[in-house]
Amino acid sequence: MKMKRYNIKISYFIMSLLLIITSCSDEFVNEKPPYSIDSESYFNNKQEYENALIGAYDMLQSSYLNVMLGEIASDNTLSGGESATDFVGIQQVDEMIHTPINSELRNIWNWMFAGVYRASYILEFKDKIDFEGKNQIIAEARFLKAYYNFELVKWFGPIPIKVDKRFSVKDVETLPRAPLTEVYANIESDLAFAIENLNPIPSQKGRATKGAAQALLGKVYLFQNKYVNASNVLQDLIDDANYSLVTNYNTIFENEGENGLESVFEVQYTDAEGAGFGCLQCSEGNVAVGFNGIRNYDGPLYDSGFSFNVPTQETYNSFEAGDNRRDVAILNIVSWSASNNATYGEGYKHTGFFNKKYIARKGDSNIGDQNLTNPNNYRAIRYADVLLMAAEAYNRGGIDDAKARTYLNEVRRRAFGDTNHDISASGAALTDFIWAERRVELMGEGHRFFDLVRTGKAAQAINGFTPNKNEVFPIPFEEIQFSNGNWQQNTGY
Amino acid sequence: MKSKLLVIIFILISSIGFSQKHEISGKVMDGSSGVPLPGVNITVKNTSQTIATDVDGKFKFSNLLKGSTLVFSYIGYQNFELKVTQSQEITVSLKESKNSLDEIVVVGYGSVKKKNLTGSVSLVSSATIENLKPIKVEQALQGTVAGVQVLANSGAPSSKLDIRIRGISSNGENGPLVLVDGYQGNMELLNPSDIESITVLKDAQAAVYGAVGANGVVLVTTKQGKKNSKTKFTFNSYTGFQETTKKIRVLDATEYALLLNESYTNAGLAAPYSSVVGLGEGTNWQDEVFKLAPIINNDLSVSGGSDKITYTFSASKIKQDGIVGLEKSGFDRGTARIAIGADLSEKLTIKTNLIYTDFNRQGLNEGGLGSVLFNAINTPSVFKPYDAVGNFTQVPSTPGYGIEVINPLAQIQNTYNRYNQERLNGSIGLEYKLFDNLKLTSRYGFQRGNSVDKSFNPLINYGDGKVFNNVTQSTVSQNTQKFSNYTFDLFAEYEKRILENHKFKLTIGGTLFEENGEGLFATGYDVPNNSWEFADIALAIGLPKEPVRTNGSYKSTPYKRPSFFGTIDYDYKKKYLLSYIFRRDQSSKFGPNNSVAYFNSVLTGWIISDEDFFNKEGKINFLKLRASYGTLGNDAISGDTFRSLLSGEGVYVFDNSLVSGVALGTITNPDVKWESDTKLDIGFDAKLFNNKIEITADYYNNTRKDLLIRATPVSGINGGSAPGSGNPTVNAGTVKNKGFEFSINYKNNDKKLKYNLGFNIASLNNEVTEVKNSSGYIESGAFSTGQPSPTRMQVGQPIGSFYGYQTDGIFQNQAEVNAHPSQLALGAEAQPGDLRFKDVNGDGLINANDRTFIGKAIPDYTLGFNMTFNYGGFDFVAYSYASIGNDMIRNYERTENKLNKLNYVLDRWTGEGTSTEVPRVTAGASSNNLFSDYFVEDASFFRIQNIQLGYSLPSTFIEKVGFSKVRLYASVNNALTLTKYRGFDPAANSGDPISGGIDYGYYPTPRIYMLGINVNF
Repeated sequence: MKMKRYNIKISYFIMSLLLIITSCSDEFVNEKPPYSIDSESYFNNKQEYENALIGAYDMLQSSYLNVMLGEIASDNTLSGGESATDFVGIQQVDEMIHTPINSELRNIWNWMFAGVYRASYILEFKDKIDFEGKNQIIAEARFLKAYYNFELVKWFGPIPIKVDKRFSVKDVETLPRAPLTEVYANIESDLAFAIENLNPIPSQKGRATKGAAQALLGKVYLFQNKYVNASNVLQDLIDDANYSLVTNYNTIFENEGENGLESVFEVQYTDAEGAGFGCLQCSEGNVAVGFNGIRNYDGPLYDSGFSFNVPTQETYNSFEAGDNRRDVAILNIVSWSASNNATYGEGYKHTGFFNKKYIARKGDSNIGDQNLTNPNNYRAIRYADVLLMAAEAYNRGGIDDAKARTYLNEVRRRAFGDTNHDISASGAALTDFIWAERRVELMGEGHRFFDLVRTGKAAQAINGFTPNKNEVFPIPFEEIQFSNGNWQQNTGY
Repeated sequence: MKSKLLVIIFILISSIGFSQKHEISGKVMDGSSGVPLPGVNITVKNTSQTIATDVDGKFKFSNLLKGSTLVFSYIGYQNFELKVTQSQEITVSLKESKNSLDEIVVVGYGSVKKKNLTGSVSLVSSATIENLKPIKVEQALQGTVAGVQVLANSGAPSSKLDIRIRGISSNGENGPLVLVDGYQGNMELLNPSDIESITVLKDAQAAVYGAVGANGVVLVTTKQGKKNSKTKFTFNSYTGFQETTKKIRVLDATEYALLLNESYTNAGLAAPYSSVVGLGEGTNWQDEVFKLAPIINNDLSVSGGSDKITYTFSASKIKQDGIVGLEKSGFDRGTARIAIGADLSEKLTIKTNLIYTDFNRQGLNEGGLGSVLFNAINTPSVFKPYDAVGNFTQVPSTPGYGIEVINPLAQIQNTYNRYNQERLNGSIGLEYKLFDNLKLTSRYGFQRGNSVDKSFNPLINYGDGKVFNNVTQSTVSQNTQKFSNYTFDLFAEYEKRILENHKFKLTIGGTLFEENGEGLFATGYDVPNNSWEFADIALAIGLPKEPVRTNGSYKSTPYKRPSFFGTIDYDYKKKYLLSYIFRRDQSSKFGPNNSVAYFNSVLTGWIISDEDFFNKEGKINFLKLRASYGTLGNDAISGDTFRSLLSGEGVYVFDNSLVSGVALGTITNPDVKWESDTKLDIGFDAKLFNNKIEITADYYNNTRKDLLIRATPVSGINGGSAPGSGNPTVNAGTVKNKGFEFSINYKNNDKKLKYNLGFNIASLNNEVTEVKNSSGYIESGAFSTGQPSPTRMQVGQPIGSFYGYQTDGIFQNQAEVNAHPSQLALGAEAQPGDLRFKDVNGDGLINANDRTFIGKAIPDYTLGFNMTFNYGGFDFVAYSYASIGNDMIRNYERTENKLNKLNYVLDRWTGEGTSTEVPRVTAGASSNNLFSDYFVEDASFFRIQNIQLGYSLPSTFIEKVGFSKVRLYASVNNALTLTKYRGFDPAANSGDPISGGIDYGYYPTPRIYMLGINVNF
């Protein structure tokens, strides 16, 4: 009887032990995380493709830095900010003394590649299921990937390319930086698919259109001096007549001018969500707008900002007399404050001018940090840019100077409000007029540095610019280290 | 059960029937002083019959068989044995034990006599805790255990303390496993008066805890009542005030204005102050911010027991205000506890323990740019705190003042938050003695915590453009979180002696641990009257001005860990000791490719002093050699490391509205597994000179492999910098720690003056030997703004080494500047008066490649020195500790032109030969603020952490009024710190293994003056 009782105790003990043993099963231990979705079993319906596409669009917002830093790198604006040590990376780019250790350049690298990664995630699963409208989604993803890759090649030169797959963690040590021809070929093929499959009219404001892909492809050709290709694709875009110049240049950069007739592609921002310095790329607002804003401003119309990206006197003077665009592009704070009883602070490298197209304005919700949540959309590709690109392609390709003049003068007539300022030159003289026009038409929009580089004018225009070095920016120091000898630094850095 | 009881009764009756019973009664007292000893255990040898003496030291033991032996045992005293021959009344005088080797020490799932310990194990007793008067239990380990460091993240009352056993081995979690009465718990919310003892397992002895034991194990045992003892009341109370131990010396108003003028002139700009007349000393913002803050603590406990039941009830309440902001950085903690043990039968015992804690805290912005103390240091002394009508002044918003520097008093005033946590933890354990040599234990321990917190962000304007302004809508955020875990243990212990000289003890069993958590967050808008009083979502019924989400929630992935273990302890002739420990772990944190871990350890010991050839009566009374070797693990990583989740942020704008999509979360690693630590320990324990001196010495050598490197930087092409994404966790490194530990204790209780002197020292040699990521290092932390991380984990260096430029004095003139490679690549051409940076790699260029290792946060040595004295009714204790060879990065100076500076700049360079250390001041561009050894300081220190003087009223006097003890004392905590370090607190450490040495302006640990009373009755 005694032994029997022991047996009961022992069996209780063994049963409890079994409880622990059974808890060793994988199902018990590795319970799925609640409310989360595994990335590798996604893409089961159209909505899931749409959701992933929104993620790919998201990284466009981080390109605020490309626009701001591109402008500062050029002869248009100075760094500004609070002091010589305020965002050292920005200061160094302004002085052309940047090195591979530059957190702003690294951000551009990281953020644009994150965009490539998110677009590639969709492309990797593009054949998983079929549904009505899939090509439109894939085409948008391809457009975005091309957009990010083009930014990267503009800033850093040769970059690694992987076709329709995400980079793996080991790729940095094995994939080479593809030569420019290969990078551009990849961009061109993505855009060709996009042109083929995108709607000319977007289903929602902010989505990539056929025109956006055509314009971007035209630009990509122009950067390679492929004038015939450029003129063809841009002419198609012009002939489709889905875009036109806005009559009043004044309204383009105000809130009511967002996603207007002239907007071929526009990066969308909103003031509806807060943001912090810890994750600038997470902001749903246009961070550059707060950075460009007037320091310690108190007065009508504008909000305060950090006084970066300030235009120089030379820039102000580069507008011809009678050009309506000057006072839209540049705010002369001295005369403005005098006539509007406003006060402001003078930051580092104060010039008296602010980048009026993209400085903080009153009227948004000012959710904290209010400097990081400005809602101003970035007009990435305007029809005026398309016309000037087409003009340049026709002219420099020796194809049709008359057409080039037509497109150039279409832009100038709006700027001056008359035909008295039409250009009648041709050949190289016309080229110079087109380039000069690009500067003033696109002032403050982040294109200038790359235009100077591709046209070979950077060294003469930009103080401190070292030829055969500063045409591209250095690969981030960290990336060279990650590559473990696989990638070489750009020449001169 | 019934039939079993009958059997027992039958056996008892039958035994009584055949023998005569006796009764022994009397009193037990201290042999030298004659003071009665309560709670002395009296056991009938080789049985489980036990009673204990009452408060007066009295006892009565009935039903004793003739010929049986009574053993009187009491910790710190020699056992006394009495053979029962007849009923009698006796007085037993216990001699103080010359050695404490018979103490039972809890190690892992079982316990062992101190004499037979084969691992490196340290003990902290309740006496030490009483001496130290820690506010938190962790503090009792500081300076008292060789090789253990307790690091304060901040001196704010509710801040976290980190325990480091034998240094930093991991770049992740370095805190030890803490077990409270066997279940996984933590110390921070326990009442120190409830603690009976703390055992620290420092080497392979912890191997029975497998995948969670690599950082060492701390075993906390709570107090239990004693059997057959009268009810004992203990009341402790103290009250006191606290002050800052330090104010950083900054420029006064006149000095500030003069230096500002100089810095502007040096930059070729107009001097801002045309006259400094009348500025005087201005405001010392630290005087304004630091206050005397009260502290008060009371605790009461009741304990006792009958021959079958033991009980303890206790309650405590502590309230501590902060020296910055008083209650705005204060905390209070109330605890209640009930512990009951019962013998359900001869063979079955139950132990229960339940602790309730209620904890409240408030916090200020601390430890970084924009924190209250940061602002107190950087706000210029020319400004007054209040304007003419008593409103807070504002720090100007014009350039040079920094957009985050605001009036710190206004900042304190406008900070509103409150956090409350209620916690219930406890255990229930059953022990069943199946046979005399086979014991089964089953126990269940749990923790449950619920917290609510609220923070109010009022409408406030600190001056145009300041980052802390809130000019749109006041908000109140309220969160509630809940977490729970349990530890279920089941194990059997079997003991067997074979052939007289061979003794085996076998322990096998299993443990199941699980942890869960969830939370709910919400925000309300437009708080009525913009006031804390009305700050609740119930009242804040405004809508956000833009359609934003006002609530959120989470539920964590369950953390589950089933384990099995076994140990074999063998001794031969009680002199040769050998243990083998085995453990198998699974963990939900391991990746699918590495889901099971096995750990093995071996420990050996040789008690030389028990050998025949050894003369124990000589100078050396006891000597034991020990050696242990084994592997342990550390699985402290986020549970979802190997899962690729769509947890990123994919939000964009279409048609002018936010649309949410999905995006990839943190980059994944399916191979992720535990860190493994191989630990070697060789040591000895000795007692010398009549057991008065006790020495323990150890050499240890630990190698931690497969470090789980969180957010291992990988190339940006993998998209880790996208919103909501992040870099992966990879098993990618190795860190070695080795060193010596030595502790010596001298105790003299022979004379009227009784004293105890303790000293310990530990050396720490830390080296990173492998970082398998592409760059070969991991960096962490921030210095100033926009600069690369200043701290690194890199091969060949201690973990958390400082990485920056090396300076070589100051350029005295232009010729020296010209003779040196250009420093332009650092951001500005040097001028006379600027720091000269060394061309470390000798390539004739000064650039980022010239950065090198310029300091480390890990000390070379940590020391503790403790003393206690007793003379008559007086007692005196002093505890101190020191840290030698650790550096700290001075990172609490904002480099904006117009902010205040530390007063060392008075010794700046102003012309050739004026200074070789402190560069010129300038408002222009310079490279002087880049991270260099100029910002690295030696943070070695010696600290007296407690001095206490007490007086116990004579027992003859107090016994008349029914007390057994009345002691009054005065004490100073954190009494004195000797250091060369300029910052607030050289002992502070953020706890981050890599960036812990960066001082962002730590809230200093306060000095506490207290008066207290202990009463027992």
